Amino acid sequence: MLFKIEPRAEPSRQMSIAAPLIATGLTIVVSSLFFLSLGYNPLVTLYTFFIEPLTTMNGISEWLLKASPLILIACGLAIGFRANVWNIGAEGQLIMGAIAATGVGLFAPWQDSPLLLPSMVIAGMLAGMAWAAVPAFLKDRMNTNEILVTLMLTYVATLILSYLVHGPWRDPDGYNFPQTALLPYNGMFEVFDYSYRLNTSIFFTVVVVAITWLFTERSFLGYKMSVGGVAPAAARFAGFNASASIWIGLLASGAAAGLAGMMEAAGPLGQLSPQISPGYGFAAIIVAFVGRLNALGIVLGGLLLSLLYLGGETVQMSLGLPSSIALIFQGMLLFFLLASNFLINFRIRKLAMRTA
Amino acid sequence: MTPRLELRGISKSYPGVIANDDISLSVLPGEIHAVLGENGAGKSTLMKIIYGATPADRGQIVCDGKILPEHGPAISRELGIEMVYQHFALFESITVVENIALSMPGKMDLKRLAVRIRDVSERYGLPIDPDRLVLSLSVGERQRVEIVRCLLRQPKLLILDEPTSVLTPQAVRTLFKTLRQLAAEGCSILYISHKLDEVRELCHSATVLRGGKVTGETDPRQATSAELARMMVGSDLPEMTVDPSELSHLPLLAVNNLSMASETATGTSLKSVNLEAYGGEIVGIAGVSGNGQGELAAAISGEKITSAAEDIILEGRAVGHLNAGRRRDLGLGFVPEERLGRGAVPPYELSENALLTAHRLGMVKHGMANRRKARDFASAVIEKYKVKASGPNAKAHGLSGGNLQKFIMGREIELAPKVLLVSQPTWGVDVGAAAFVRQTLIDLSRSGKAVIVISEELEELFEICDRLYVICNGELSPPLYRAETNIEEVGLLMTGTGPTCAASEEQMESIRHAV
Repeated sequence: MLFKIEPRAEPSRQMSIAAPLIATGLTIVVSSLFFLSLGYNPLVTLYTFFIEPLTTMNGISEWLLKASPLILIACGLAIGFRANVWNIGAEGQLIMGAIAATGVGLFAPWQDSPLLLPSMVIAGMLAGMAWAAVPAFLKDRMNTNEILVTLMLTYVATLILSYLVHGPWRDPDGYNFPQTALLPYNGMFEVFDYSYRLNTSIFFTVVVVAITWLFTERSFLGYKMSVGGVAPAAARFAGFNASASIWIGLLASGAAAGLAGMMEAAGPLGQLSPQISPGYGFAAIIVAFVGRLNALGIVLGGLLLSLLYLGGETVQMSLGLPSSIALIFQGMLLFFLLASNFLINFRIRKLAMRTA
Repeated sequence: MTPRLELRGISKSYPGVIANDDISLSVLPGEIHAVLGENGAGKSTLMKIIYGATPADRGQIVCDGKILPEHGPAISRELGIEMVYQHFALFESITVVENIALSMPGKMDLKRLAVRIRDVSERYGLPIDPDRLVLSLSVGERQRVEIVRCLLRQPKLLILDEPTSVLTPQAVRTLFKTLRQLAAEGCSILYISHKLDEVRELCHSATVLRGGKVTGETDPRQATSAELARMMVGSDLPEMTVDPSELSHLPLLAVNNLSMASETATGTSLKSVNLEAYGGEIVGIAGVSGNGQGELAAAISGEKITSAAEDIILEGRAVGHLNAGRRRDLGLGFVPEERLGRGAVPPYELSENALLTAHRLGMVKHGMANRRKARDFASAVIEKYKVKASGPNAKAHGLSGGNLQKFIMGREIELAPKVLLVSQPTWGVDVGAAAFVRQTLIDLSRSGKAVIVISEELEELFEICDRLYVICNGELSPPLYRAETNIEEVGLLMTGTGPTCAASEEQMESIRHAV
């Protein structure tokens, strides 16, 4: 029996709206069976996963706090992905952004100035862009594969971070823990309420979402880049510049990731440590695709993934579920979401039997 | 004698096109049978059906007097049908014998296989060393590997798809000797080609296809090339109704001695191409597909930047170094042969596709695309060029080929180009739309613009063109005036029999070394 995958001529509009709902329904059904077979009450488990984290103010604060960098980075990535520029190394750009911002925050001579925080924002973005400029240059000039280069540079960034916090930047009063000193007050984002960790950096994310939407949906440059991604021959036919797409795609995502790294350092963490990011740079790739590379979809995708993180922790704490089960559940939901997305645009056809 | 292979009423259609329409032919044992036709005539589809790579919609395949109930490549192999494809399927990083072993049934015994390969290759005059790496072989040697691979299975019917397109003249002679020897031993050969002189030299019988139908069966040894060309391209030429027009004093577009190396092994290098197009005329470029038309179109449009700015002159200005967008700014319009994915972005709405090139008509302000203007423009094109579409919101890939062609052509003409280059203007376009497209091109040229049409359909070129060039193997013939030439002369130039188009051994060598 042979199968063939082919694109649908006209993807159905109703189905593209219904797909996430169908995926959610399927996840609930399959995961209920899964929880039942393990001896957990599926209703209670699902409640604990999806509803309980959002019943407290602290829960909502954590939800938004985690969603913010995911959405921010995914917005940047989407700009590149639409143009077939595959930046897989947002994690590395995030780390470099955090390093540069913390460096400015700790060592800039204008420690007491209110300009400290803005200068950290700029440093973080520039560092992220610089880290993304390496693969952009190599791809533009030598046609190297940006997937490999961006991914490899992530490991370089991790090692630089590790060197700094274990070596020259280690806090002398930090009991030998691999971390820097805390950032000064002027170098931190203001929290909304001292009981919770959510801070004003979330406004950056809101602004970036708006800019991304405007860029991808309304601007001519965004249109040109999308054409280059969907139909490269059409872009050549129209005379659109391919190397501009490479540079913009990588620099935009690098800036967004660098900013996200800066927001982590100057937000909930307040310092640099080897655990600067729980993999936001990689998870944002999922967010970008769950959101179908659309700014508003990315907001929903980021909120969903963040909730999955929180819910995973909650079921471990409240119900004593092993973390691996929480991960399986997260994987299941993403699988159904991406599969239904795929099936909107493609269909699987059975080929005639053949004696092979 | 029972025919080795007999086809009865084979039909096959793909969405929007009938590739094979009620085709019947029969091949006797030991016969070399040519299947002749222009590109798109349905030859390749037919061969895939015979080999079993594609099922036919209707019709019967009879092999040695028995009707095949079902078909597939595995059944073909059992029956002794082997096929040498135009593009080889060899792994470059392993040796010849290893490549051949991969396609042989049973256990691998490389040593014994190597001995058999030497045997067969000596017997048929196809010298190859089984232990050489494929990547070190020339194109001709690779083809020998493919043929030897088929011969090892002692085929009863061998299918060759355009086998000489990559060979030097010497290699062609060797190949012919081998094929004659095979035929003398009783093997039937199906020889697909559009090169008339080769077919006349080699084949015992010929079936000619045009537009998916059989248009003639003949003994090519008795027929003249002109007769075969007629069958291939069709003889019923419609009357031309083109008004005379006043030409501009200087050419609006000139291509000067343009040479361009091919980027891929299967591409064609352009060799010292000279072309002029004056305002007020339609210039045609005839030729069998794959002879450099694609490369020439890309070089003129600016999708491919040429080596020197002076290669392409637009209204006296050197533009060879400018990309397609800059050339369009200067008045060079282009309608490519691929509508989906090149002339238009398939999943985008027509209004968004309007933006692709018509953005220069004030649709962008402060970096933002003006969607309303794009929509108005798309609506205007739909109406003026009689595009059948639900409106500017229709997706490009939802339109039929002819309607999308009208939209793209309309979009480019509305940019008011001084020179319009159109590649395959009526490919896959129904008769009514084709007439409309041709009339549009004539009207454009009669308003003082220069129109260049690249087409494989001679009838079309004779209908609308004032002058014709013929492209063959990357070389362009001198211009022929429509009134002074005829379809036979152009047909012969196209098939490489004409005086301007004998591929020199030197060029073949350079192709060989490029691989």
